Amino acid sequence: MGELLVKDKDIVVPGQDLATGMDFLPAAGTYRDNDKIVATQLGSISLNGRLIKIIPLNGRYVPKRGDTIIGKIKDMNFSNWFVDIGYANDAVLSSKEISVDYIERGADISQYYDLGEYIVAKISNVSKLKLIDLTMRGPGLRKLSEGRIIKVSSVKVPRIIGKEGSMISMVKELTECKIMVGQNGLIWINGPDGNKEVIAVEAIEMISEKTQTSNLTERVKEFLEKRIKENV
Amino acid sequence: MNIIQKHIHALLEKDQRLDGRKFDELRKNISIEYGISPKSAEGSAKVRLGNTEVVAGIKFEVITPYPDQPDKGTIMAGVELLPLSSPEFESGPPNIRSVELARAVVDRGLRESGAIDFKSLCIKKEEKAWAVVIDVYSMNDEGNLADAIGLCALAALKDAKFPKYDEKNQKVVYEERTNKGLTLKELPIPITIVKIKDKILVDPILEEEEAADSRLTVTTLEDGRVCAMQKGGKGPLTAEEVDKMIELSIKKGKELRKVLEKSSKEK
Amino acid sequence: MYKKRPDGRKFDELRDMEAKVGIIRRADGSAMFRIGKTIALAAVHGPRELYPKFLQDPSKGILRCNYNMMSFSGSGERVRPGGSRRSKEISMITENSLYPVLDLSEYPGAVVDVFIEILQSDAGTRCAGICAAALALADAGFPMKDLVSAVSVGRIEDKLVVDLDKEEEDYEVEREVADIPVAIMPKTGKITLLQMDGICSKEQLSKVMEIAKEACNKVYEVQKKALLEKLSQ
Repeated sequence: MGELLVKDKDIVVPGQDLATGMDFLPAAGTYRDNDKIVATQLGSISLNGRLIKIIPLNGRYVPKRGDTIIGKIKDMNFSNWFVDIGYANDAVLSSKEISVDYIERGADISQYYDLGEYIVAKISNVSKLKLIDLTMRGPGLRKLSEGRIIKVSSVKVPRIIGKEGSMISMVKELTECKIMVGQNGLIWINGPDGNKEVIAVEAIEMISEKTQTSNLTERVKEFLEKRIKENV
Repeated sequence: MNIIQKHIHALLEKDQRLDGRKFDELRKNISIEYGISPKSAEGSAKVRLGNTEVVAGIKFEVITPYPDQPDKGTIMAGVELLPLSSPEFESGPPNIRSVELARAVVDRGLRESGAIDFKSLCIKKEEKAWAVVIDVYSMNDEGNLADAIGLCALAALKDAKFPKYDEKNQKVVYEERTNKGLTLKELPIPITIVKIKDKILVDPILEEEEAADSRLTVTTLEDGRVCAMQKGGKGPLTAEEVDKMIELSIKKGKELRKVLEKSSKEK
Repeated sequence: MYKKRPDGRKFDELRDMEAKVGIIRRADGSAMFRIGKTIALAAVHGPRELYPKFLQDPSKGILRCNYNMMSFSGSGERVRPGGSRRSKEISMITENSLYPVLDLSEYPGAVVDVFIEILQSDAGTRCAGICAAALALADAGFPMKDLVSAVSVGRIEDKLVVDLDKEEEDYEVEREVADIPVAIMPKTGKITLLQMDGICSKEQLSKVMEIAKEACNKVYEVQKKALLEKLSQ
C-alpha cells in the first residue's frame, strides 16, 4: 500500500511529502517520517524502482573516498601539506603519499608543492570525524602548472562530465582545450589561446546553470559551434 | 605565484585577458537601478558592474554648521564591505579597505569636484544645515568594488529628495518627502586600472585584482579634469604609466558617465 | 474597538509578499524576502572553518547568524552602523528558530554563517530575516527537515491581527497592542520562534496561535514558490 505524490524529475523543497505508505524506500536526500517519505533537500526527484532519491540543485562538496579532486595548498609543516578542497576541513597530504621515490626527513617539502599551488589528487580516506587523507600516487595525479581554475557547484559535476564523459569530451574537442573536472567542483582548463578557454568556461557555466533542460547536449553543441565560428 | 596568476601573465603576453576583454574594455553588463529602498532612504540605488553588485542609500541629517563655514552643510560617506558579499570579508567594524574606499573614492571625488553646492544645504545660517549621509554596501564582490561604489553613490544622490524640515519644532519630518532633489553640478566618475607585469588593464575582475602589482583609481569629470586619485598595491608606477592611466580613466570615465546619464533619463 | 487597519487590509490579511533565491553569486546560498515594504536579504557562507578554535563543536557544525540593518533602512533617522543590543538579540533568536530544521552533524568543528541584511524596514523585520535565512539555507543545499516560515501576529485592542505594519506597532501609546513574532515549521506546525511584546489573555493567545499557523502557511507558499522557480531564473 502506498501512494507516490511526485513524478520523476519533479522539483521538491525540504519538508515536502514525497510518498505515503511503506511501499517506497527513502534514498539520498529523503527520510522516512512514520508512514511518509519526506524530502530534506531542494532538488529533483529521481525514481529507481521503489527507491526515491533527490538530486540536489546545490550543495557543498561532501568528500568521498576514491574521488579525484583539485585542491589548493594552504599550509604545510615539515612532512605534510594541508590542502583546501572546498570542504570545512582541510585535507592532509602526507609526504609519503607523493609519487617521488624518497624524501629525506627534514627536507624542504615546499620544493615539491608550495603554498598556493594547485594539485590533482585522490581522496584515499575519510575518517568518521571527517579527517580527509589525500594521495598523489596514481595515474593522472599531478601538480597543475599552466592554465586556469574555475569553480562550479560540486552537484553539477556529473552533468558536466556527462554519461561516460560524453559532455566534457565534446567541450574539450570543440574548444581544443585540456580540461580536468575535480569531483569537488574545481575545474582546470588549459587551451591554445585565451578566447577558446573563455568559450569552454561559458559552455561549462551553461551546463551548470541549465541542468534541467532537455536536449542539453544538443544545445551545448550548438552554442559551442556558434561561438567557435564567431571567434575565428 | 600560483597557477592563475601565471596564466594571467601568459595570456597578457598574447594581448589577452582572462575573460576575453581588451585591456581598455569595461565589463559589458553595467546596470543602475534607482529607488531600491524608497520608503526609508531619501535616495537609494543599486549598481551592477558585470557580476559585482553594490547598493547605496542616502539619509539627510540636520547638523550645526562648522563655525568657519556657517552657511554650508556637508556630506559624509561610509562604505561597508559586507561579509555576505564575499567569503573573504569578515564581520566587524569597517576594515582599512572600506575606510579607504569611503574616503578616497566616494568622499574625495564628491568633495573636490564641487559636485554638490554645500551652500544649498544651509537651513539657517550659523545654526542649522543638512548633512547628506551616503552609505554604500557591497552585495557581491567579483572585482572592482571601487568603481561600482563610486557610481552607486552618485546614482543614490541623483535619486535623493530632501525630507521636510519642520522649522517650528526644529526637527526633520522623515515621513514627508519634498520634491526637491540635490543638484549635482558635476558627476565625478572613478575608474580603476591595475598594472600586472607591465600591462595596464581597466575594470579588473577578482583574479586580476589578486594578480595586480599596483592599482590606480582616478576620478574624473566630464571636461577631463581629475579630481581625485588613489594608488593602491605594493608595486611602483612610472610617471609614464600614471600618465597613460589618467588618460584611460578620462576616456572610460566618459563612457561610464554616459551609462549613468542614460539610466536616469529612463528613470 | 479597532475598526480599520491603516492600509485597509482585513484583520487576517498579510501584506503583499515576494521572494527570490540565488541572488548573491559568491555566497553558498542566498535569498531575498519581502513582505509589504520590509525587505530582507540573507546569504549563507559555509560550512567553513570556525575560529577561534574553542568555539568549535567536535560533534557537529554550529550555526551563526548575524542580523544587521543597513543605515538607510530605518523609516526615520539613520541607523547607526555596527549593530546594537537589539540586533544581537535578533541574531540569537534567528539561530534558535533555524536550528530545529538543520542537521549539521556532517560538519563537525565547522560553522555555517548566515548573514541577514535589512534593506528597508517597515515592521516585521525579524520575521522577514528568518524567512530569507531559511530560503538561503535551502538554496545552499543544506539538508533540512522543513522550511521555517515566520510572521508577526498580534492583538490590537479587541481584534486579533496578522502581519502588523509599522503604524500598528507604534499604536502602543493610543491603543493596547500585543506584537507576537512567530516562526513555525510548516509541515508539523511546530513553533521555533515565539516572542511577545504587550499583554494578552490566555484565551486570546490560543486563538492567536491558530491564526499564526494559518498566516505562516501563507508565507510558506511564497517561500516554496521562490525555491521552485530557482531554475527558471
